[in-house]
Amino acid sequence: MKQKIGVYICQCGSNISDYVNVEEVAAQAEKIEGVALAKTTMFACADSTQKEIEEDIKSRQLDAIVVASCSPKLHLFTFRNVAIRAGLNPFNYVQVNVREQCSWAHSNNPKQATEKAIHLVIAGIERVKHSKALPAIKISADNAVLVVGAGVSGMRAAIELAKMGTEVVLIEKNHFVGGRVSQWNKLFITDETGQEVVARLYQEVKNHNKIKLFTGTELISKSGGVGNFDIQIQFTPRYVLTTCKPDWEKIQKAISLCPIEVDDDFNFGLTKRKAIYKNFPSELPHIPAIDIVNCNKCGECVKVCEEVDLEQQVEKLNFRVGAILLTTGADSYEPKKGEFAYQEIDNVITLQQFKRLIEISGKELLYHGKKIRNIAFIYCVGSRQQDGENKYCSRYCCTSVIHSAILVKEKYEGIFNFHFTRGVRTYGKQEILYNKAAKQGDIFLQSFEDSPTEVTSENGKTIVKINDILTANMEIEVEADLVVLVTGMVPRENTAISSLLKIPIGRDKFYNEVHPKLRPVETVIDGILIAGTCQSPKTIMESVNSALSAAAKANSLLRTGEIELEPTLAVIDKETCDWCDACAAVCPYDAIEKSEVNGKFVAQIAKANCKGCGMCLPVCPVNAIQLDGYTDVEMEGMISALVS
Amino acid sequence: MENNKTAPKILVFSTEKISDPAIDLAGLLKKHYPATVYSIIVPCSSAVKPKWILHAFEQGFDGVFIAADGSDCPYSETCTENTGKIVTKTHEIMKQKGIEPSKLKMAAICSVCTDPFVKHMKTFAEALSA
Repeated sequence: MKQKIGVYICQCGSNISDYVNVEEVAAQAEKIEGVALAKTTMFACADSTQKEIEEDIKSRQLDAIVVASCSPKLHLFTFRNVAIRAGLNPFNYVQVNVREQCSWAHSNNPKQATEKAIHLVIAGIERVKHSKALPAIKISADNAVLVVGAGVSGMRAAIELAKMGTEVVLIEKNHFVGGRVSQWNKLFITDETGQEVVARLYQEVKNHNKIKLFTGTELISKSGGVGNFDIQIQFTPRYVLTTCKPDWEKIQKAISLCPIEVDDDFNFGLTKRKAIYKNFPSELPHIPAIDIVNCNKCGECVKVCEEVDLEQQVEKLNFRVGAILLTTGADSYEPKKGEFAYQEIDNVITLQQFKRLIEISGKELLYHGKKIRNIAFIYCVGSRQQDGENKYCSRYCCTSVIHSAILVKEKYEGIFNFHFTRGVRTYGKQEILYNKAAKQGDIFLQSFEDSPTEVTSENGKTIVKINDILTANMEIEVEADLVVLVTGMVPRENTAISSLLKIPIGRDKFYNEVHPKLRPVETVIDGILIAGTCQSPKTIMESVNSALSAAAKANSLLRTGEIELEPTLAVIDKETCDWCDACAAVCPYDAIEKSEVNGKFVAQIAKANCKGCGMCLPVCPVNAIQLDGYTDVEMEGMISALVS
Repeated sequence: MENNKTAPKILVFSTEKISDPAIDLAGLLKKHYPATVYSIIVPCSSAVKPKWILHAFEQGFDGVFIAADGSDCPYSETCTENTGKIVTKTHEIMKQKGIEPSKLKMAAICSVCTDPFVKHMKTFAEALSA
């Protein structure tokens, strides 16, 4: 039993100490037999505190430590490494969760939160008292990653993974790669178009022999765990042979013959498209696709394009990968009917529609046949909502709208831009755009959220009105030819993959990382990573940065071909065991064998197979099995401490 | 549950990869449940020994809740069935010892089941208080 235990109670800035009296917790911990020291600390994870703990272990010859802080999912390995650096076995350390499961969960009752924290810490001390030094265990892992989503984040991550030697299965639900970025024209800062960026990444993907790209493909099943996920993917037929040579004239003819017309999602409903389609001539892969949901199989396209094959079938493929990276992107906020007169007044559109409108318009900027001169941009539509669900700032939209305002003025003469803002957030280098827009004569107005901009129709004219706080709440009206609602990002409805992989969802309904700073691309599910805008609203640069981070994390996890696992193995008490087969029957891994010891048959653990699940523990009729780290003395000691 | 010193004490066996993340997420989202709920992590809900549960009742816990892996168990497809057998077996022992079997509950809590967890804790605490 450990006799010199060090206990550290973290304040986590004030995340814990605002609700838990940490000094009281330390004082109570110090009274427990075997505790050599109990301290509070501002941030237990800070480098200085880690060094302090190391020094304490060495100078006070501590034989075990307890850190009461955040969830072990965040800092278990941080403090295990502290123990290792100080010469202590990492399994003589116990982390107690007094943040997620105490101070935050009971922030409504600080007194009870403190009482609970005291009990949790004492339970941790009881557990560590009986802890054993355990050796490390490693399993083989496939150095392969499934990347879901071939937008810029997914393709960038796939390329970097491949460069680092990791095999990549890159799947894209749509028949064309590029995601949202392929819909945008010139991008800030480089002036490259979105389509050029996508084309460059696509060529790199195609040129790398470690990347297998599948379009029109979805993940449909997953089993196994980190290091060894068995996945199945399903292809939706393109209905055009992939051997089809990209003859744009032939494709154009097939498209023109198609009698079906549906709203074109690529242009956000501004135009129509046919059932056989390519969104733009250079879209990749070059082969067109058929929207079979809307296709009536009339066969007109087959007459001019013999590569069309309407009999193609759904196919499935199996792979084994070590990790899964989700880069499934986000959607644009769709304003509700009547929100700033959306769908009530004809000339009210979203920012995304406006960007496509600039792209597809010819010599004149027209909307529904009317020439556009005065444009009113209304900011923060669907973001920073006081009463709605989207409390967050979508980050990219201020920059995007100002960039679009500059582009529209560059392309067309006689444009006047009026920005109805709630404060402009063109952070970092994006401030350059704000300055440029201001210098080119754009008018910036601002209101608070409690006095929103109003859009009304008066005598056939669209009037946008604001109480402008920049001019002492002066009421200012603009007659607008076009009103652009600056809509932000919302989480994409990926119900199937979310439920398949059980990805945690945050308060903003985007996928949730373990910690935004410390583990920004990992989820609590081991081996499942997230990047790009499926995680939160991001600019393209921020998305790509997170993709690079996720690629580095996945590669560092898998590159050695083995993963270190918890050395929690079942242990048989051979004196008590009298072989009955119950444990072997329940073990999913064939990790329990029958063996003869001193003339009697007993169970024996095959260490290479044991995963430490503990399923064998409760079925033993004579309680002859213990699990390292979860022994009866540890578990019952904790239970007793919690009600002491 | 403000200032409720007699609130029933509930021991939760949560699982490291599945149900404990949901309990963490409940805290992150500031979804409150009684402060007399204490969680102990196990690798899998099929690993909970009846003797630990009985020990909890002997020591003074009013209720025990197994936040089971359900069909999400990373170890075995039969996890739900196995955990169910543990509960059935423990219920029988509890009856023999004169402990009301309803004081031991089990429900599948997935890694994002924050609302179901909070609801289970509130209703279980209310039931134990009645």
